Amino acid sequence: MTPTDRARRAETRVAWLFVAPLVVILLAVAIWPLGRTVFFAFTDAYLDNPSSYEFVGFANFVTVWEDATFWRAVRNTLVFTVVSVGIETMLGLAIALLLHRAFFGRGLVRAAILIPWAMPMVVSTRIWDWMLNDQFGLINKVLVELGIIAKGIAWTADPSLLLGVVIFIDVWVTTPFMVLLILAGLQLIPEELYEAAEVSGVPHWKRFWSITLPLVAPAIGVAMLFRTLDALRMFDLSYVLAANNANTMTMSIYARDQLIGFQDLGVGSAASTWVFLIIGLIAIVIVGLLRLDRPHH
Amino acid sequence: MAMRHSNATYRLIRRLKSVGLYMAVAVVMVYVLFPYYWAIVTSTRSAQEIYSFSLLPSLNLTNYVQLFSNAVFIGALVNSIVVALASTMIALAIGILAAYGFGRLHFAAGRYLLIAVLMISVFPQVVVLSGMFEVIGWLRLYNSPGALVVSYLILTLPFTTWILTSFIRDLPVELEEAALIDGCSRLRILTHVLLPLMWPAIASTGLLAFILSWNEFLFALTFILTDENRTVPVAIGLLTGSSRYEVPYGLLMAASVTVTLPLLVLVLIFQRKIVAGLTTGAVKG
Repeated sequence: MTPTDRARRAETRVAWLFVAPLVVILLAVAIWPLGRTVFFAFTDAYLDNPSSYEFVGFANFVTVWEDATFWRAVRNTLVFTVVSVGIETMLGLAIALLLHRAFFGRGLVRAAILIPWAMPMVVSTRIWDWMLNDQFGLINKVLVELGIIAKGIAWTADPSLLLGVVIFIDVWVTTPFMVLLILAGLQLIPEELYEAAEVSGVPHWKRFWSITLPLVAPAIGVAMLFRTLDALRMFDLSYVLAANNANTMTMSIYARDQLIGFQDLGVGSAASTWVFLIIGLIAIVIVGLLRLDRPHH
Repeated sequence: MAMRHSNATYRLIRRLKSVGLYMAVAVVMVYVLFPYYWAIVTSTRSAQEIYSFSLLPSLNLTNYVQLFSNAVFIGALVNSIVVALASTMIALAIGILAAYGFGRLHFAAGRYLLIAVLMISVFPQVVVLSGMFEVIGWLRLYNSPGALVVSYLILTLPFTTWILTSFIRDLPVELEEAALIDGCSRLRILTHVLLPLMWPAIASTGLLAFILSWNEFLFALTFILTDENRTVPVAIGLLTGSSRYEVPYGLLMAASVTVTLPLLVLVLIFQRKIVAGLTTGAVKG
């Protein structure tokens, strides 16, 4: 063994020592629980006594697959994700372009925009729930005063409006995150590009389409990926606003409901495993799309 | 080609544009800030005035007095503080060690491990719920704040490790080489040479971990059974009146304002650090 080999081996050993606590903890709180969830999905265990169970094959997976409520939850989650991430991206881009310009008090404005993002989701939900209250909410009061509606709308009680309200609140909460990531992308665009375009008389709208948008696209792509994965596992907003109401129930709420509500460890775990597979598949597709989109240099 | 304008028209157009800019910024600010302001206003209303639509607060502090004389709420506040601080500290300590291993030391498995860590950070929480129940049962932590300190590590550790690793990679290697030649151990290099330089990154990851733990809802709802062990978000989430029409909104808003206040202070003071942490996490991720 040469001295460099020995040094390299020593370095590998030391490296493992440094990452050992991380590996041990993630095995305990992530990998092991994930494995056990998949394991329980094949059993008929109940939560009050998980140690007594029998293997039931794929029965739990079939139970979930044949449950109309599950598909309702999948549909709700997908609608919620696509619509809210779509609106957040548009609105986020618009606000980022606005805040990218020089104006007095820009630092303060950028700090203030973090506030909805930093607030607990539970708090945001309850504040909007109060503002959207059918009788005493401020929103209805303003709309009636302005003559837009004749009498208050039951925003949070009318089943057909509920998912829209959930999306509305989520847009308020997470647009700041989009704004920040897109702003970071905008700051990377060299100012000279715009100066050159201005000198050559390229009009404003064309500068946006051929300079800003293509150069900020990677930042938008990453932000959308993060937001999509986050939206697909959404739990607290729907839960606090409407508990397990069928109109806003997400995949996460469905799985937790089976597990905790019905104490059914087997079916709950199977539902969780389905959620994992669905989100995993979507993640792979999006990452693939982002790769394809990237220009080759 | 741009049209030619007289100086006066040109000035007018510029002034109009700048008025438009400030008006647009004002609209964004109202959208972003008004809900929290309205929560403050409502929290200062007594039960009788709660349905008044005046935009000014009433300076009536009954709700806050009631809130802070409620032992359960104080307990929840203490639980939230303990849980968020403990899980942040643990995530930082372990994250710093791991970041040094990934960022500075060469080992073949490192790359794959780091990708695995990244993948764990996008796990839906509900997927580990069944298994986590069991782990918490074994540790005898069910229905205790300790259950949250342990389970929050799955949320805080991956991104802490990721951001700190990319920060260490950006530091010049020359710093440690001298120390290494002098025969310093790796751990000593980390604590004495790198750590003093890492404070900006530690502050921003620590803040993100704190905010995440402070706001967490699903685990806190599931692993805590009794009121005295709950954290504030769950206490607020579960607070209802005897019916849908008797929700104590004044009290609820007072609690909401209170639990958000520490975050507001942190965000306003450390705005730059938080943004830096968020963008490294996302852009390099």
